Amino acid sequence: MNNTKNTEAERLSFWEKIYIPEIAKGLGLTLKEMFKPKFTRQYPEERWEPEGSYRGRPVLVHEDSGERCVACGLCSRVCPALAIEVQAGETDKDKERFPAKFEINMLRCIYCGFCEEVCPEEAIVMSKDYELVFQSQQEAIMDKERLLVPVAQLQDRLEFLRQYR
Amino acid sequence: MPQIFIDGKKIETKAGKTIIEAAYENGMQVPHFCWHPELSVAGNCRMCLVEVGSPKRSADGSVELDENNNPVISYIPKLQIACGTPVSDGMYVNVNNAKVIEAQEAVMEFLLINHPLDCPICDEAGECKLQDYAFNHSNGESRFVETKNHKDKRQKWGPNVMYDAERCISCSRCIRYAQEVAKQDVLSFVQRGDHVTIKVADGEEFDNPYSMNVIEICPVGALTSPDFRFKSRVWDMSFNDSISFADSTGSNTKLGVRNNEILRVQPRTNMYVNKYWLSDDARLNHYDFVNQNRITEPMIRIDGKLEKVEWQDAIQETAIQINKFKPSEIFFLSSAKATNEDNYAFQKFARQVVKSNNIDFFSHIDKSFEDNFLGVADRSPNSNGATEILGGSQSSNYKVNELAGAISSGKIKCLIVMEEDFKHHEHIIEHLDKLELLVVMYYNHNAVTNKAHIVLAASTYAEIEGTYTNKDKRVQHFTPAIVTKENMRFMGLKMSRLDKFGSFNDRWTQHEARNCKQSWKIIQAVANAMNASWSYKRSEDIFEEISSKLMGFKNMNYDKLDLHQGLILYRADRPDPILNNYDSHVMKPE
Ligand code: SF4
Ligand code: SF4
Ligand code: SF4
Ligand code: FES
Repeated sequence: MNNTKNTEAERLSFWEKIYIPEIAKGLGLTLKEMFKPKFTRQYPEERWEPEGSYRGRPVLVHEDSGERCVACGLCSRVCPALAIEVQAGETDKDKERFPAKFEINMLRCIYCGFCEEVCPEEAIVMSKDYELVFQSQQEAIMDKERLLVPVAQLQDRLEFLRQYR
Repeated sequence: MPQIFIDGKKIETKAGKTIIEAAYENGMQVPHFCWHPELSVAGNCRMCLVEVGSPKRSADGSVELDENNNPVISYIPKLQIACGTPVSDGMYVNVNNAKVIEAQEAVMEFLLINHPLDCPICDEAGECKLQDYAFNHSNGESRFVETKNHKDKRQKWGPNVMYDAERCISCSRCIRYAQEVAKQDVLSFVQRGDHVTIKVADGEEFDNPYSMNVIEICPVGALTSPDFRFKSRVWDMSFNDSISFADSTGSNTKLGVRNNEILRVQPRTNMYVNKYWLSDDARLNHYDFVNQNRITEPMIRIDGKLEKVEWQDAIQETAIQINKFKPSEIFFLSSAKATNEDNYAFQKFARQVVKSNNIDFFSHIDKSFEDNFLGVADRSPNSNGATEILGGSQSSNYKVNELAGAISSGKIKCLIVMEEDFKHHEHIIEHLDKLELLVVMYYNHNAVTNKAHIVLAASTYAEIEGTYTNKDKRVQHFTPAIVTKENMRFMGLKMSRLDKFGSFNDRWTQHEARNCKQSWKIIQAVANAMNASWSYKRSEDIFEEISSKLMGFKNMNYDKLDLHQGLILYRADRPDPILNNYDSHVMKPE
């Protein structure tokens, strides 16, 4: 049977045992870092702008002609957390349907991006919005008005999606 | 009896049947669009192509055998349509070999050339034959790169049918249905080739009372119903079996429910009753009363106004008030709209607890609905059941047509109404003012409940389990589709996906679970408050008692009713044979 050194006293050398050189080493590292450039962000004064690949809160794409969504309900079906509710209505436009009601319960949403992936119209995308604070449960349920975002603001994400199509 | 072999499986069938019929009757599948068992054979979709052959014979007439002693089959070089080829003895059919699969893939590719990519906005998606077959019988690719042709997407064929010409695959099921079943021959193909479309004859409308059946038999989403268009995706709904409330035909239906609201009523196949069909009236006019204007709590009239109260108070009050009258002063108005179980409990309450034999029910006759298809004049679902259970022999002291007189003359002072709205008998309503006590168990607020002293919130047919007896005396079992406070646990997994998993902070499940009760439960509570000791737990308990006490229902139970799709009164020991029902829309597991 091998005899291994197992107690602390057996493992440490003399210099380690007296502790002082170790303290000096630690202080040395601190001193070195003090003069390096800083990475800390002064949030919220200084905000972080995520890349197009970031999955923030899902939003609906709003074009000049109105929302892209045709209320097919596929996002609602695929959502593993059952966060999305869609109620279709009929329009006179060519595409026949529009979401009479579209709500996402942000307390349920897990930011998986499945809704974006399944959407046949590229109508729902993950935005860069990560500041989500609510004062009540009802406030966390976003209706169409709060979900619709002009397409111009979503260019990064749409670009990213096309790239990986 | 000819014997044929489908994919090597031996099948006994009748002469004159087609291959597809023989296959379906034996629980086998052949992909198809245009064939429908109740319609003539059109043979135009070519989806059902199969390989057909027969054993090769030598010059002396004997069957040639190969080295393993199996007969050598010589196949017809071209594939044949299973829907149009009659069986013959010793026929060999392949429905699943490489040649057949290649043909199916080719047919699918052709059908999809001009088919729009509409599935996300198509009401049929999720129960579409073309979708299912594109998944199961197509190679999933198209070589067609040109632009698809476009047709008119929103045509109104009649008040209840919308047509989307782009989605139509020209199977002609709807045309044949209109000709052969609905007998309103107004639909026809016009144009040719990829321009083909269907038109309603000039100056005509497809508006017959059975028009909506084309919506189900259409294998794709070309036909939609204006009342259901875009209301819900099918996978968000629950579908529970029910029996039509419209009339005494007893048509088998299924109720599509989401957020505790009935969104559509569809036929369910029962070859002994409605076959594959359902009248437009039964689809459209018998769910609003379930969804709207409901009495949600029991109510008692206090100082001239109906006030909501707790169930136990309402029950106590009812018992106390009934006890103030002599049995002969009370009339029990039973109902042809209530189930056999409820009628049984009601008459037992009248005869054994109150000890009055004043019990009868209204019939609801409207001759304008009578036709030689499914339509009947009797507008209540359970007239035969009510007659059987209330018992012609123990006839009531007063008949229902003497009711108005008996109330005016003061002989009847108390009226207890179960599930009756006095439709077709409105002239009696004014006499109700003379009553000293009017107790009403009903679903909706109406002229009668407005006069009532005690209103007991009753559950509708969509919320209860029970049995109806139709015009042919067929007793049929049905189960609830809608949740009430009382049946919540029973409903459990029968709810739609969304309703099942919703929690209090989801707006999509903010449906109301109404505080109403099935009539027999109300009656049992009142009876027990009047010192009876009833202990029925489920509708089935009452049905067991009915079947042990009444000759007509002998040998019946819920399981048997389900198995045989209903049993005829006095004939439970001689049930109709169990059939392998064809369903146009559901892919049965293969
Ligand atoms: S998947 Fe897209 S088009 Fe369909 S309902 Fe969701 S957002 Fe609208
Ligand atoms: S008919 Fe079927 S395949 Fe065609 S769009 Fe509708 S669901 Fe899709
Ligand atoms: S509308 Fe439907 S049933 Fe009629 S021909 Fe077209 S696909 Fe067939
Ligand atoms: S089902 Fe046989 S050709 Fe259409």
